[in-house]
Formats: sequence, structure tokens, C-alpha cells
Amino acid sequence: MSELTEQDEAIQVDTEKGNFKYPENYEFDAGIGLNEETVRYISKVKEEDPWILDFRLKALEIFNKKPMPTQWADKDLENIHFDEIRYYLSKGQVPARSWDDVPDDVKETFERLGIPEQERKFLAGVEAQFDSEASYSRMKEDLEKEGVIFVGSTEGLAKYPEIFKPYFGKVIPTADNKFSALNSATFSGGSFIYVPKGVKLKQPLQAYFRINAENFGQFERTLIIADEGAEITYMEGCTAPKFETATLHSAVVELVALKGAKIQYITVQNWSSNVFNLVTKRGMADEGAEVKWIDCNIGSRLTMKYPGVVLKGKGARGEVLSIALANDGQHQDTGAKMMHLADNTTSNIISKSISIGKGRSTYRGQVHMPKHLRNCKNNTECDALLINTNSRTDTYPAITTRGQNNTVQHEASVSKVSAEQIFYMMQRGLSEGEAMSLAVNGFVNDLMKAFPMEYSVELKRLIDMEMEGSVG
Amino acid sequence: MNTLEIKNLNVSIDGQAILKDFSLTIPKGEVHALMGPNGTGKSTLAKVMAGHEDYTVESGEILLDGESILGKEADEISHAGLFLAFQYPMEIPGVSIANFIRAARQARLPEGEDINAVEYYKELYAQMDSLKMDRKFTARSLNEGFSGGEKKRCEILQMAMLSPKYCVMDETDSGLDIDALRIVSEGVNHMRSDERGFLVITHYQRLLDYIVPDVVHVMFDGRIVHSGDKELAKELESKGYDWVKDEFVSASA
Repeated sequence: MSELTEQDEAIQVDTEKGNFKYPENYEFDAGIGLNEETVRYISKVKEEDPWILDFRLKALEIFNKKPMPTQWADKDLENIHFDEIRYYLSKGQVPARSWDDVPDDVKETFERLGIPEQERKFLAGVEAQFDSEASYSRMKEDLEKEGVIFVGSTEGLAKYPEIFKPYFGKVIPTADNKFSALNSATFSGGSFIYVPKGVKLKQPLQAYFRINAENFGQFERTLIIADEGAEITYMEGCTAPKFETATLHSAVVELVALKGAKIQYITVQNWSSNVFNLVTKRGMADEGAEVKWIDCNIGSRLTMKYPGVVLKGKGARGEVLSIALANDGQHQDTGAKMMHLADNTTSNIISKSISIGKGRSTYRGQVHMPKHLRNCKNNTECDALLINTNSRTDTYPAITTRGQNNTVQHEASVSKVSAEQIFYMMQRGLSEGEAMSLAVNGFVNDLMKAFPMEYSVELKRLIDMEMEGSVG
Repeated sequence: MNTLEIKNLNVSIDGQAILKDFSLTIPKGEVHALMGPNGTGKSTLAKVMAGHEDYTVESGEILLDGESILGKEADEISHAGLFLAFQYPMEIPGVSIANFIRAARQARLPEGEDINAVEYYKELYAQMDSLKMDRKFTARSLNEGFSGGEKKRCEILQMAMLSPKYCVMDETDSGLDIDALRIVSEGVNHMRSDERGFLVITHYQRLLDYIVPDVVHVMFDGRIVHSGDKELAKELESKGYDWVKDEFVSASA
């Protein structure tokens, strides 16, 4: 029990804790609005190879051509004003290797969020991104010796093109959707990771994304490659101050698990309630490989995120475990995609959503099993919990399955925390907020058991904060 | 001051009067049984005492050791020392018994103070042993999929762990077989002390063979129409509630 308390203290990130900011002073600023010049500026500042600039410019063209997906998605997307956003802000191009070399205001920001402390306690490496660029990046030395690469996107493409270029933009093509195109045009920061054959990381690598500036768009790009038999757990966290104006976060995350490799990618998204969080995440699993997404969405104004796994090799496994909590004024539009492309592939999707007050949760799932495949399996469970009658929840599962001996299982449930349950718990002495929090924690409990301890503790804390705040 | 005192309580729901000038005083150290036919307002009384919001209190007072608890939130009433063992305990999926009781205990501590986990579990296991509950039960979700008997035992376990000043037990005997009834009653008898008062609400006399009351009240149409000692319960059992109606209600009308 005392161990739990210790970790509890180690990860103090709550909804209010991120609500602070430091004055803006940036060495590099691409100005307001998005056009070819913006993209050229970003590429120039980064001293990129010409092929990357071409890649960006082509992406910009695709972004401009693609319509907003409002025919199926939330109309709130129309409130993003791309010409009022700042696309690149940074204080420098090279991340520090020691916290002592990080500018004071940035260092204080991450100290307040507890990042250096977590690094000391349980992480194999940390990258801390402040607006467009990483301010700090460091990995334990023994991992470097084993050949593990953990750098930002600019450094990754510049220094290790032979490793990263073959997979860059391959799992998620630029034209996948409007926001993947936007990211491909403007990307900056994020993590590029390579884990060599057979290397198994015992501790997770972590990235923390912090938006500090108003009217800003953060477009980090992550590519993780686990070579044959390698294993890695990667965790990301994020916060921003509460601005009056909308802020945009649009990341692209590509995972490549080669034969027999395992990648576990954990997100605890705790953006402030003015952030549009429109993220494309997809992994590719080769023969016998495993890609697992653990995705928790607590914050943001609108999140649209459907982590996917392309099960490319025989016997590959894909998993998406997600928790979404939508409070007043929030829409968590999340889900999962499983593309079965080989025999004997299995996928598992467990999604739990909680809608409070006027909060809205949507689940969109896609499971694809083509005709020629054999012995593929998918299990999908989506459970929704409604707290008070204004809440809304929708489920849109799309499952196409053909072929021999393929099995698909889908279960969905909607439940409510009733006034009688709350009364029962309050009779035992819990406040209304504590009672709701306990009911919500109970609802996600079985799923949280699958999470690493550090994250389930943080998640529990975030839920407690949200529930306390939701009681009028 | 060492009493739970209900004075001239008038309660309605949707404009319909349920409790009519109801008065009752339970001193610490005593067990009072409240008997009466269905629909006479027994469960309403229990819920109003615990602070349920569905009922409209028209007038009256409820004083716990002299302090008014009427109109307070359910959790405040709980902290003041009143425990209600529910007739139908709610299921709370995913929340284990151990964590639930722990949270309830934690809620009683001043801010910044934490429960000593080792001592807590020691006490929890001891109470479970005396209620003949398997220790594996601590990990089960509260009341979820429990049998009637298991639910009631779990209520008594919570009651013991929260050591209230006054216990209100609403139809605790319903759904219990004879063995469970004996175990539950032993648990309650074990808690009887000069420091604690009990209100045992029941439809049947059977429970009172095991939890022997100091006073028995008969409730009819929203108020107590007759009180007596434990023999009254037996008389009621043999003569039926019609006897009450003829003897006491008609007479006073």
C-alpha cells in the first residue's frame, strides 16, 4: 500500500495543475496562418533535406483540397480557424540533455508538471516538448549503448534516414485524412524511436507535450520502429493552459512492429477544454508481432482519435484499450480500427466511455477481415456509462467479415449511475463527488488493471478531479 | 441528549402524506423494533432519517444527540453517526467491498490524514470472520451478484466497520434463510452497547427472536399506534395486523 502512495505522489498531474503559463518569447516564429511560406519557413529553420520540403508541400496541397469531414464528424470542427493559428514557435532547435541547460521558464513548467521527478523514478528516457520543439531529451546511457535511438523527428530524419525514411509516412499516408495531411505539412517535434533486434526495454520511454502559447497549433510527429523481437513501452502525456481561444493539436503517430516485436503505446490525454485534439494513430504488426494502444482521453474540447492496427503478418495481434471521459462542453469521439491482412491474426478492442452532464462520447469502430483470410478473430466490447440525463453516447461499429473460420464478437452496454446508487454511497459517508468518482472508477476498474501501475494511479486521480469538479 | 429523537414528523411524497405526526425516541443502549403492515411508512421513515431527497418534509424534527439532522445531506447524517442498513442494498459494479468500506472510513478522517491500511485490513478480516464471510469476499464488487443473505451480511459488515451511534435496519430479515438470520442477528447483538441505539424495522416477529428488543412499536398509517415490550411482537404475530387495526386504530378514531 505504501508503494502505491509513493507512486501516487510521483505523478501529480491533474486538470488544474496544467492551467498556468509563462510569457511568450520565441526565437523562431512562423507567424499567423498557413500557406506555402509557412511550410518553407519551418523546413528552412530545421535545415531539412529537399525531399522533406517536397513531402511537406505536397501535404499542404492535399490538406487544402480535402474537405472538413463534417458530413460525419462533429460540426464543431468548423470553429477551427486555420488562418488564425500559429504553426511554429520555438526557442531553439537543439534539445538540452540536462535539465540545467533548459531555459528557466520551460524548466519550471516541466517541474510543475512533475516530469523530471518521474524521469528519476521510473523512466528509461524522457522527451519534453514545449510548443513546437523538444526542450529536453535524454535517454539512459545503457540503452544508447544497445543501439536504441530516441530523438525528435527533425534529428531522426537528418541523422538516421536509412532507418526512418523507409517507414516515414507509410503506416499513415499523408492523404489518410485532412488532419494527417495538415500534420505532414507542418510537423515538428515528436519522437523517433528505433529499438534494435531483440532489445527489450524494461522501463518505458516517455514524451510530454506542452502547449504554452495561445492560438497555437502543435503538430508533433512520432515514428516508433521495434525491430525483430524487440519490445518497447512508450507513454505520452499532455497539458495546456486554459485559453479563451481555441488551440489545435494534431499529431501523427506511426508504429512499426517487425516480426515478433511488441509495442505498447500509452496515452493520457489531459488537454485543457479549449483544445481541438485531432490525432491519427496507427500501428503495423508484422508476423507474430503485437501492437497495443492504451488510450485515455480526459481533456480537450473535441477529440477525434481512432488508434488502429494493421495486422500485416501471420499471427499478428492488435489491441486497443480506451477510456474516454466527456464532461460538460466536451466531445470525446474515439474508437479503434483493426485491419486484418493475414491469417491467424487476432484483435481486441475494449472501449469504456463516461459521459457527464452535457458531455458527449462517441465510439467509432472499424474491423476489417477480407474474404481470403482464415482463422482471424476480433473481440469488441464497448461500454458506456451515463451520469445524469443530459449526457449523450453514440456507438458506430462497422465490422466487415468474410472468409473461413473468422470470428467476430461484439458486445455493447450502456449503464447509468442512478440516484439510488449515489444515495447508498452517501449514506456510508461519501460526498456526492466521491460517490460518483467511486462509481466511475468501478466502471473502468477491470480495464485499468491492464495498465501499468503508474498510469492507473494517475488516471484515477484525473477521474477524481473531474468528478469532484462536476458536482454543482 | 443521548437519544435519537423524532418529533411530530410529517412527510409526503407527490402530495400524498406518508408520515403523520410521527414521534419516536430511541435512547442509546436500547433496541426498538418498529413493526407494521406493508405500506404504512416504515421504509419512508428510514430513508427520511438518512436524508433521502425524494421526500418532502412538511414539519417536525429529527435530533441526533440533540443536533438536528433533518435537511442535511446524506453524507453529513452518516458522519453525524446514523447508519441505515438498506432493505435493498445497491450494487456498485467494479468497486470492491474492501475499497468501498475503506473509502467510507477515509471520508470520516480529517483532510491530509490517511487510513492505516494494515490495521484496517486486520479489523475488516476480524469482522468478516465473526459474520462468517469468506475473506475472498473483500475483492468482490459491492453487492454485485450477491445472494439476498450475502447482501444483508455485507450491510452488517459495513455497519460494524463504521461504528455508528444509531443503527436503522430496514427489513434486514427479508430474504434471509434461518442460518443467515442467525449470523446476521449475532452480528447485531455483538454491536449492542450502552453507546449505541437501534431501530429495527421488520414486518415479521421472527427476527425479534434473535434480536430481542427493549421496546416494540406498532406502526399504522403513518404513525405509531401502540407500544409495548417484546411480548407485543408475539401477540402481533398470533393475532395479526387486523387486530391492531380493530384494537388501536378504530378505538382512537
